[in-house]
Amino acid sequence: MLEVKNLQVAYGRVRAVKGISFTVEQGQVVTLVGTNGAGKTTTLKTISGLLRPEAGEIWFEGKRIDSTPAHEVVTRGLAHSPEGRRIFPRLTVEDNLRLGAFARKDKAGVAKDLQRVFNLFEILQARRDQPAGTFSGGEQQMLAIGRAMMSRPKLLMLDEPSMGLSPLMMQRIMSTITELKSEGVTILLVEQNAQAALSLADYGYVLEVGKIVLQDSGKNLLVDEAVRKAYLGED
Amino acid sequence: MINIRRLVTPELQQRYNRQGRILGLVGGVLLIIAPFLPWAYSSDALDNMTVLGYPSPLQFFGLALGVIISAFLVLQQALTQRQKKRVRVGWVPGAKAAATGALIYIALILLSIAAELGGLVNIVYGGWIALVGALLAFIGTRLIPAGRTPTLAAATAPAPLEILAIAVMMAAALFAAAFALNHDDAGSFVTFIAFVGAVVAVMIRSGVMGWLSAVSQRYRKVLIFSAFVVAFMFPFTQGGSDANMSIATQVMIFAATAMGLNIVVGLAGLLDLGYIAFLGAGAFVAAILSRSAFSTVGFHPPFIVVVLISGTVAATLGLIIGSPTLRVSGDYLAIVTLAFGEIFRISMNNLDGTDGPLLTRGSNGIPAIPDLVLFGFNFAQRHELLGIPLGRFSNYYFLLLLVLGLIILVFTRLNNSRIGRGWVAIREDEKAAEAMGVNVFGLKLFAFAGGAFLAGVAGSVKAHQDISVTPDQYVFLESAFLLAAIVLGGMGTVLGVLVGATLLKLMPEKLRFVNEYRLLIFGLLLVLMMRFRPEGLIPNQRRQLEFHEEDEELAERISEEIAETGTVKGAT
Repeated sequence: MLEVKNLQVAYGRVRAVKGISFTVEQGQVVTLVGTNGAGKTTTLKTISGLLRPEAGEIWFEGKRIDSTPAHEVVTRGLAHSPEGRRIFPRLTVEDNLRLGAFARKDKAGVAKDLQRVFNLFEILQARRDQPAGTFSGGEQQMLAIGRAMMSRPKLLMLDEPSMGLSPLMMQRIMSTITELKSEGVTILLVEQNAQAALSLADYGYVLEVGKIVLQDSGKNLLVDEAVRKAYLGED
Repeated sequence: MINIRRLVTPELQQRYNRQGRILGLVGGVLLIIAPFLPWAYSSDALDNMTVLGYPSPLQFFGLALGVIISAFLVLQQALTQRQKKRVRVGWVPGAKAAATGALIYIALILLSIAAELGGLVNIVYGGWIALVGALLAFIGTRLIPAGRTPTLAAATAPAPLEILAIAVMMAAALFAAAFALNHDDAGSFVTFIAFVGAVVAVMIRSGVMGWLSAVSQRYRKVLIFSAFVVAFMFPFTQGGSDANMSIATQVMIFAATAMGLNIVVGLAGLLDLGYIAFLGAGAFVAAILSRSAFSTVGFHPPFIVVVLISGTVAATLGLIIGSPTLRVSGDYLAIVTLAFGEIFRISMNNLDGTDGPLLTRGSNGIPAIPDLVLFGFNFAQRHELLGIPLGRFSNYYFLLLLVLGLIILVFTRLNNSRIGRGWVAIREDEKAAEAMGVNVFGLKLFAFAGGAFLAGVAGSVKAHQDISVTPDQYVFLESAFLLAAIVLGGMGTVLGVLVGATLLKLMPEKLRFVNEYRLLIFGLLLVLMMRFRPEGLIPNQRRQLEFHEEDEELAERISEEIAETGTVKGAT
């Protein structure tokens, strides 16, 4: 479904992604794990068209998208829930969600998806008329995921959904991702929390300073000794 | 700065609550009595304030404030029990606003008398009694605890009553506009504006304004229709005199241009410092294509076509300026538009046949632009309707009313559309908006060029109304005033910007002494606004949050209101 080939991205002269390749298949949850500065967020931003690659190709559903503008990438069926949530704090929950469906023109479908998000996160329904900035971090993350879902994406990209959340809230978010997966949503998940990400991913890639150093199924990576040492804090 | 709320602590209010009430009532009653007494030695000051037992209009307004103070204080006592119900009227906050307003109002009247007659000795005992009354009322009401915030906005009345309320509000607006314009001396004008300000403050504080805006939400069509009717009726209050109508048309052009800029600045959040150049471009195009003897081209299409060409030329200029600059961050746009405004003015000066091609006749501009003739209707002629004569400026006033109505329609349509939501997202977080599928560059360019088009349309009418078009009418200062009107009134709102534009254009026209110091006064006004009410006179509530983010009470109140009315107000 998504194929990234030898992707290289640079900020000025600093190269953040140094030639990575990976694929995401329909219905899979694929995760990119790695420490700060490994190039995970840069990769996602490049896929969604917010950054332009220096070299390499990005193919989505058989079409090359690495020079497609960001707003068109969304209409192709790729949704990006950005790092740090970046909800619109002064807009109400509903306005936030409706903005997620900005690229769509089917009113009835949007209304249906709005209800679907409200079913997924009941707290959002209860607070649909409140400014989103008054929410806790976890609630904002739910809103960010819900907002990304509103474009009815074929592929949902989540950037650090567990960032800055309490363990309890993190569990909630992770179980939501599992729920989405069981509904058949294809997900590309970027996480620093490797344990949580790998335990629900079908396949995982480990990034280190802009390169993929390891790749395997989530299960295997979870028990991989090198991964356990480097990312799961075990000696 | 002295903060009265810090000076008069809640403990103090608890202790002197009773005394405060009595003091406030005494002050209110004094304010009611004083207007029946003479205030000035000579009838030359303001309106005639020398008669015993017969209040002049301005004195009568003081009486009205006195009635409000006393009645609110009495009613609050009498209705305390009933107020426990769902609907809570802000009697005390209303009385406080009335007392503050009365103090300012009376002080301004006394100062005007002193200024116009030469010294405070010209104030007679009635004036001093009024001042004492206002002072007592001010101190007294400050000592009363404000109580809980009013919830009048949630109240509903039978439909005919609510529609009647809208009609009354509109009639009051028409009366106020006619009254203000018909008073030629500065003192009367200023004091009357102060009175209007006081009444509005009372209405806001007591919750009446909240109720009215909720009602307006329910009957939007009635509101818009009646606002249009009132604006339409204004020329009929002038009895064929062109003096005020000339000012009114100036205000209309200014307001229409400000509304166009409001789309760019208020909705899309783009800081355009050279907007006046688009108005100028429209005016020059219309002048050159007019049948003026000084026109420099041989092509003179009918005015309807000219309007479209003017708008298109302005929009094209907007596209040329916008497409390279809108890709980069906002500060660049401000600098580029600022420069563009200057380039426009200098270019118009240079297209005089010696420094460049002969197009605008340089600094002389194009004079003798003939009046419009639309569908056989000659704008130069006096017409009579229902026996009331309507002069040349009234004709243009009606046309401009149509243009303004059109721009407001475009504004509200855009604001409530998908595009409007995209603009909000861009204002809030450009990167996130992009990730949501908002075509950031496209929407910005659309706002920029669309705003330019509307300014071009307004400019084409302005050319005919002004008779001549010269480059020095379109200087940076005018762009700054347009922006000031928007900031002063309330960015992104229709009503706010209309009020801001009216105030800013009317004040220098009506007050000659302001005209001389208008930069000083506007500068001061803007600084004060930024300090005390950065969201503008009539704020968009979503924007109010932007400026008072730390204010949780406000956030709560607004979300409550949104829950009650189901919409975000202020964008009316």
